[in-house]
Amino acid sequence: MSEEKKAAIKKIQATGFMRKIMADYFYELDRAAKEGSPKIAWCTSVGPAELLMSLGFLVYYPENHGAMLGSTRKAMDYIPVANSVGYSPDICSYLTSDVGAFIKGETPLSRAYEGIEGVPKPDILVYNTNQCRDVQDWFGWYSRELKIPALGISTYRNIGTITEDTLSSIENQIKGLIPTLEEISGNTFDIDKFRHILSLSYDCTQLWKKVLETNMAKPAPISFFDETIHMGPAVVLRGTETAIEYYKVLLKELEERVANKEGAVEEEKFRIYWEGMPIWGKLRSLAEFFIELKSAVIASTYCNSWIFDSFDPKDPFLSMARAYTEIFIVRDENFKQKYMEDMVKKYDIHGILFHDSKTCPNNSNNRYGMPQRLEKNLNVPTLTINGDLNDLRCYSEEQAKTNIEAFIEQLESK
Amino acid sequence: MSIRLFAGIDVGASTTKAIILNEESEVLGYAVTDSGADFEGAARKVFEKSMEKAKGMSSDKCSVVSTGYGRRNVPFAHSTKTEISCHAKGSYYYYPKDHTLIDIGGQDSKVIKINTSGKRTSFKMNRKCAAGTGAFLEEMANRLKIPLEELNGLAEKAQTNVEIGSYCTVFSATEILTKIRENVPVEDIVKGVFTSVIKRALEMDPMEGNVVMSGGVVAHNPYFVKMFRERIGKDIFVPPLPQLTGAFGAALYANETIGG
Repeated sequence: MSEEKKAAIKKIQATGFMRKIMADYFYELDRAAKEGSPKIAWCTSVGPAELLMSLGFLVYYPENHGAMLGSTRKAMDYIPVANSVGYSPDICSYLTSDVGAFIKGETPLSRAYEGIEGVPKPDILVYNTNQCRDVQDWFGWYSRELKIPALGISTYRNIGTITEDTLSSIENQIKGLIPTLEEISGNTFDIDKFRHILSLSYDCTQLWKKVLETNMAKPAPISFFDETIHMGPAVVLRGTETAIEYYKVLLKELEERVANKEGAVEEEKFRIYWEGMPIWGKLRSLAEFFIELKSAVIASTYCNSWIFDSFDPKDPFLSMARAYTEIFIVRDENFKQKYMEDMVKKYDIHGILFHDSKTCPNNSNNRYGMPQRLEKNLNVPTLTINGDLNDLRCYSEEQAKTNIEAFIEQLESK
Repeated sequence: MSIRLFAGIDVGASTTKAIILNEESEVLGYAVTDSGADFEGAARKVFEKSMEKAKGMSSDKCSVVSTGYGRRNVPFAHSTKTEISCHAKGSYYYYPKDHTLIDIGGQDSKVIKINTSGKRTSFKMNRKCAAGTGAFLEEMANRLKIPLEELNGLAEKAQTNVEIGSYCTVFSATEILTKIRENVPVEDIVKGVFTSVIKRALEMDPMEGNVVMSGGVVAHNPYFVKMFRERIGKDIFVPPLPQLTGAFGAALYANETIGG
């Protein structure tokens, strides 16, 4: 058929460097788990990682593992295992795929990295419910299973204006973690180390922000689908020099692309905003599909969720409380709407795609009338596709792609 | 004869439809068959049949646009368009005003908003479940052991409307079993099944402005349209050959983009 064209995803040269630092990170964790030192903390992706690092913990992020299970599509082998022991198909499929993999004693890490036999066993589990309640239940399972303490921060949800009361509660909860962390790590809390790591984390996330902002250029140099992969170091290596070094390299490459007017999508016609979780098992397929449609998915709430503008080494506890509370997922509908309106203008977006992720209600922002309000206010069309971050039983490829294609046809006829 | 022809082929989940138009967009022939397991075969079959009806016209001069789930399985098509665009195109041809189009297809239902100049402003498709689609009616007819073509006549005879409430086709089938156990007349159950499909469509998007309906369910069940009309309290326009609205729109695209 005349319309079918070969879609080629342009390779990002920095990928090799990223693979190396991610491999180093996992090998270091594996070594520590085998040797019993340094101690290992499991932490939720927007949890108080900097505090843990300042106390000498190596930090492992189960959500990152969940994304690996999704992108390798192994999640589909493991979700039913967790379902069968009482963890519903309707709850977070990161949780169910990760717990299912643990029950089966398998991990994609052992396929990716020779010599790694399993996930690094934790000495402590630390969560922040700013993501959702499921992270607490997820760590609760491991706590019971491994007989390891789980502790964390309970964040207020659906916040409009952030008040001093809210922040002081979070600040106190962060401080309250320290005695247990000192006991398990065997190290004494050192505020200067904490300040230093927070400062590194800040630098990392500011570089990540600049990476994302290269997509204000036309054509946009990197797709959302590549961003979700290159976000890895901003999640798991923030607070290290390595992550900073990496994002300098990536940023330089993308700035060169911008200078050369080299887009992630050849002949970029439309610029799309992706709201919601990635569909990890379909990243490549969707990336290629959008390239065929000459449409670039160039901005997202998801990838912007690891930018922590408020980190301030001068006031580390309060600024961390603020940074981890002011993120999109914690906020009320009015904040979210304003945020998206600003993003649509900032990136000159033609259409907004909402991914209604079956098992991730907190990251599915189409459910309270947002698409209709944005269409009305911005005169930008929206599309909602049904799917899931990891559970591909909730995703119809044919229906999703027909919807996307029809959406692009709608933009073409506008 | 050297006139140009334009074909639209809609390879749907349940049926495959073809329509042949001349340059004036007059219908010269059309055909419908089950899509079955061989989409390409079904597409060829309806294309050939509809060409036969176009009496003596040469298919060599025919521009073809395919649409529907199997649109990429039509190797002789010159281009493809989604069924959403094609339905909007076909609907606007017969109803050239701003309107809301409801298409109840075999595997999905769609609500499409079209503005005064014929541009699509939004669309919604049903979620994953078959509830609210032709497949739902097929499943329920099968459960009641009633031929599909008898549903319309039965629903017309209903004395009361029973409630089939679930989103889920399997749960709905269970509800029907309950009604059978309670000796509810089959006519009333069938009307309840129709009401269920209508409710699923109404949940998708507000029925603003003028309303047009298309699709196989509409083509074969005029009583369904009557019920829908009563439900929304306004008139509904049904284009000629409502089951072929998508194919017709595809043929219009063939004229516009290939043959024009």
